[in-house]
Amino acid sequence: MEVLLSIAIGVLTACGVFLILRSRTFPVLLGLTLLSYAVNLFLFASGRLRVDAPPLIRAGASYADPLPQALVLTAIVIGFGMTAYLAILALRALSESGADHVDTEQER
Amino acid sequence: MNSDTLLLAIPATAFAAFLLPLLLQRVGRAVTALAAAAVMGSCLTLVLQLAPAIFAGDSQLARLGWLPAYGLDLSLRLDGLGLLFSLLICGIGLLVVLYAFYYLPASDPLGRFYSILLLFMAAMLGVVLSENLLLLLVFWEITSLSSFLLVAYSHNKYESRIGARMALAVTGGGGLALLAGILLLGHVTGSYELSVILSAGDQIRAHPLYAPILILILLGVFTKSAQFPFHFWLPNAMSAPTPVSAYLHSATMVKAGVFLLARLFPALGGTDLWFWLVSGTGAITLVYSAATALFRHDIKGLLAYSTISHLGLITLLFGLDTRLSTVAGVFHIINHAIFKASLFMAAGVIDHECGTRDMRRVNGMFKRMPITATLAIIAAASMAGVPLMNGFLSKEMFFGETVGHPQFEAIDWLLPLVATIAGALAVAYSLRFVHDVFFNGEPIDLPREPHEPPRWMRAPIELLVLLCLLVGIFPQLTVAPLLRVAAAATLQSPLPAFELALWHGFNKPLMMSLLALAGGVFVYALRAPLFAWQGQLPTMHPRTAFERVYRLLVSAARRTVAVLDSGSLQRYNALLFAFVLVLGIWAFFSGPKTIVRLPDQAANEAAFLAVCALVLGSVGATLLYRQRLLAVMLVGVVGLVVALIFVRLSAPDLALTQFAVETGTIVLMLLVLYYLPARQAPRSSASRLVRDLLLAIFAGGGLMLVTLQMLAAPFETISGFYLQQSVPGGGGTNVVNVILVDFRGFDTLGEITVLAMVALASHALLDRLVLVVPRYDADGRPWSREAHPLFLSMLVRPLLPLTLTVSVYIFLRGHNLPGGGFVAGLITSVALVVQYLANGNAFAQRRMPRNAAVLLSLGLLLASGVGMASWLFDRPFLTTAHGHVELPLIGEVELASAMIFDLGVYLVVVTVVVTVLSGLGRLSERAHGQKAVS
Repeated sequence: MEVLLSIAIGVLTACGVFLILRSRTFPVLLGLTLLSYAVNLFLFASGRLRVDAPPLIRAGASYADPLPQALVLTAIVIGFGMTAYLAILALRALSESGADHVDTEQER
Repeated sequence: MNSDTLLLAIPATAFAAFLLPLLLQRVGRAVTALAAAAVMGSCLTLVLQLAPAIFAGDSQLARLGWLPAYGLDLSLRLDGLGLLFSLLICGIGLLVVLYAFYYLPASDPLGRFYSILLLFMAAMLGVVLSENLLLLLVFWEITSLSSFLLVAYSHNKYESRIGARMALAVTGGGGLALLAGILLLGHVTGSYELSVILSAGDQIRAHPLYAPILILILLGVFTKSAQFPFHFWLPNAMSAPTPVSAYLHSATMVKAGVFLLARLFPALGGTDLWFWLVSGTGAITLVYSAATALFRHDIKGLLAYSTISHLGLITLLFGLDTRLSTVAGVFHIINHAIFKASLFMAAGVIDHECGTRDMRRVNGMFKRMPITATLAIIAAASMAGVPLMNGFLSKEMFFGETVGHPQFEAIDWLLPLVATIAGALAVAYSLRFVHDVFFNGEPIDLPREPHEPPRWMRAPIELLVLLCLLVGIFPQLTVAPLLRVAAAATLQSPLPAFELALWHGFNKPLMMSLLALAGGVFVYALRAPLFAWQGQLPTMHPRTAFERVYRLLVSAARRTVAVLDSGSLQRYNALLFAFVLVLGIWAFFSGPKTIVRLPDQAANEAAFLAVCALVLGSVGATLLYRQRLLAVMLVGVVGLVVALIFVRLSAPDLALTQFAVETGTIVLMLLVLYYLPARQAPRSSASRLVRDLLLAIFAGGGLMLVTLQMLAAPFETISGFYLQQSVPGGGGTNVVNVILVDFRGFDTLGEITVLAMVALASHALLDRLVLVVPRYDADGRPWSREAHPLFLSMLVRPLLPLTLTVSVYIFLRGHNLPGGGFVAGLITSVALVVQYLANGNAFAQRRMPRNAAVLLSLGLLLASGVGMASWLFDRPFLTTAHGHVELPLIGEVELASAMIFDLGVYLVVVTVVVTVLSGLGRLSERAHGQKAVS
C-alpha cells in the first residue's frame, strides 16, 4: 500500500509539474490541480496509512491520525479556492492581453 | 525626576515630538516654527539640567534593556564630550530653527522641514549620547537617512536629488564599514558598551584584528566627516537649503565623524597605524580642500571646502596624538561649529537678498548691508585665525602641536610647514570671501536689490559672532570649563597642563600665525594669475566620476535582474522547481537515514486498480492536454480516485470533501474552457521539452522517494490529545471535525477568511470583464444556441430540496460522524450550481439571495462572533461549550457552540463557490450581449 501510494504521489507530481511548465493557462490550471492532489496525499500520508480506522470515537477502536486529515480537509477547499481564483485571473488576462499565454514574453 | 530618567528623556523627547511641526502646520507657519523651537528648547533644557553634575566631573549612565541577548541595550551616557556635542546640537539647532523661519519662502508651510530637522537632531543626540555602540550605529544611520531628506528638501531640483543621493551613498557605505568595525570591536572586547571598550584599549591594540577594526571604523568616520578622498559629497550637499547647511555642515552631521574619532580615541588611538592613517588623511584633506576653497566662486562652495579643510584639521589634531593635540582638536570642534554656522547663515542672508551666491557677481555688499557684513567679516576672521577670535586660539594650539612632534624628529620642519601653508590658504580664502562679497566694487547684474535682512533673521548670526569674540578674548571665562570636561572625557585620563590665553609670549606658533597671515594676503594678492592657472587645469569632477560608477552599478544591477527576472512565468516556475529540487535533494541526502522497514499495510487488487486508474488518468491528461475536454475528464477521474484513496485509508471526511470539490472543479474547468481560445498552442521546442520533462521526472521521483522515506521512518502521532479530548472537551466523536471547529478553530477562521477573500477578489476581477466568445468551436462547428434541455431542467428542480436536505443532514451530524460545515457547504453549492446549469442564469438568479457580500460577512461574523462570545464567560477566544438537547422526533442531540462556528464555515463555503461559478457563468450573457451589438 505504501509503495503504491508513493508511486501515485510521484506520478501526480511529475504530471503536475510538467503541465505547470506549459505556456498556456489551461494546462497550467490542470497541472495545478494535479499537483495539489499530490500535495494533499503527501500531507495525508504523513499521518501514516491505516485501513478501517476512521477517527470517529467509539469503544475499543483504534484510530487513524486525525490531525493531517483536518489539515488536508481545509487544504482541499482552499485549493479549490486558489484554482478558481487563478482561473478567473487567467480569464482577466485573456481579456486584457487578448491571449491565453502565461507570459508577456513569448516562450514556447 | 532622577538623572537617569532625565538622560533617557533627552532623545526620547526629541524622537517623540519630531512630528509635532508636521501636525501643527495647518495652524500656521509661526506655530509650526514655535513647536520646533519648543522641542529643541526642551532638549536643551534637559541637557542643561544634567550639566552641573558633568561639570563637577561625573558622567551619567542610564540603561533600558532592549535586546540583551545580542548585546544591544538602550544605554545612554552623558559625559563631557557628550555634553559638548549636545549643547552644540541643541543650541545651534535652536538658532537654525529661528533662522529657517525667515530664510525659507513664506509659501513653504515648514512642517515637513522642521519635522525632518527635528528627526535629524534626535538622531544626532542619539549618536552623541549612546553608551552602546550598536545603538550609536542605529542613530548614525538615522542621521544619514534624515540628512538625505534634508539635503533633498527641494526635491523638484535635480541638483538637490543628486546631492542627496551622493551624500546618502557615501555616508551610508561608510556606515556599513562602521557596522563591520563595531561588530569586530564587540567581538574582541566581548561587549558593545563604551565603558568596557574605552578601558580595553590595550587589549584591542594588541589584538590581531586591530588593523581591520581601525580601518573599518575610520572608513565610517572619514566618509561621514568628508575626509579625502570621500570629501566630494559635501560640496554637492550644498544644494540643501542654507539653514540645513548651517546645521549639518557646521555643528552636526559632519561632526559626527570626528565625534566618533574623539569617542573611540582611548580605545583605538596611540599606535603608529592610527598616527599615519588619521593624521595623514587629515593633513591631505586640510591642504587640498583649503587650496580648492580658494577657487570656488559659489559662496557656499567656498564654505563647503573650508568646512572639509577644517574637518581635516581636526582629524589631523586627533591623529597627531600628543595629549595636547587632542585637547586642541576638541577646542577646534567648538570654534569651528560657532564660526562656520554663522558664516553659512550669513551666506544664506546674502543669497536670500541677492538671489545669487556667485562671488563674481555679488560685490560691494558692505554698503548695502553693513551690519551683516561686519558680522560676516568677524566670523571670516575667526575662520582665518586672526587674533582676538576663537579660531585663532585653537589654530595656535594646532601650530604649537606641529612643532617638535615626536614622530617627525628627523624632518621636524615638515609638519610646521604644512600647517603654515594650510593656515595661509585659509587666510587667503577667507580674504577672498570678505573682499569679493563685501567690497570689490559694485554688484554685477543681481536679480534683486539687496538690503539688510529682517531683524530676527540676523539675530542668530549676531549671537554666534558674539560667541566668537567672547571665546576669542576671554577664553578662560567662557569656554575653558566646557573644554576641560570634554577633553577629559575624550582622553579618559587626567588632562595635560594647558592654558587658554590670547598671549603666550613671542613663540614659534605665533610666528607661524603671522607667517600664515602674511602668506595668505600674499596668495590673495596673486589671485589673478592663480585663477588663470587654475582655469587651464583639467577639470576633475569627483561628482561625474561618482555618477559614472553609480550608473555602472545601476546598469549592472539591471542586467543581473534582467537575467534572473525575464518577466516569463514559465521561466520563474522552472527556476523555482529547480531550486526546490536542489533543496530537496540536499535535504534527502543530509537528513537522518532512518529507513527501518516499510509497514505492512497489505494492498489488495482494488488498490492496484485504483492506482492504475490514477496513473493512467494523470499521465493521459498530461499527454493529451491539447484535447482539452478529454483532459478535464481525465483529471476528474484522478480526483475521484484520490477520493477513493481517502475512503480506503480511513478518512471519510476527506473523501466527502474531495467528491464535492471534484464536482465543483469540473464545472469550473468547463466554464473556463468555454472562454479560453481553442486554437492550439504551438509545440514546445525540443530543448524546452527536455528541460520540463527532466524537472517533472526529478520532482515526481523525488517526492516519491521522500514519501517512501517518510512512511518507513518511525512514527509517533502528536494527535493523542485530540483523540482523548474530542468527546469530553469538544463534545463530538468526529475528531477531524472537532479539530476543525474547536481545537484548531482559529486556523479554520483564518481559512474561511481566505476563502472569503477569494470570493471578493474574483468578484472584482469579473467586474466589467468582457470576453469575446467564439461562435464556432475548434472544428468549425457552431456552438449550440439551444435553450437548456427540458428534461434536465425538469429533473434538477425537484432535486434541489432533496440535496439541501442531505446537506443539512451532513451538516448536523458533522460533529459526530463524517460531515460538517465544509462538506455540507460544498454539497449545497453543487446543488445550487446545478440549478444554474440546468435552468439558466436568469432562472437561478431570480431565486438566489442577491448580495454575496452580506452572506460572506454573516458567515465570518457568526464564526468570529461565537468565538468572541466566549469572552463574555471570561474564557479565551473560541472556547466552546456543549450540552444535550432533546428534540422532538429526532431524539437526543448533542449540541455544541462549535455548531454555530460550523454554520459560519458553511455559509462562507456556499457563498464562495456559488459566487465564483455563477459569476463565471454570467460572463457568457455579457459576452453574447457584446456580440449582438457588434
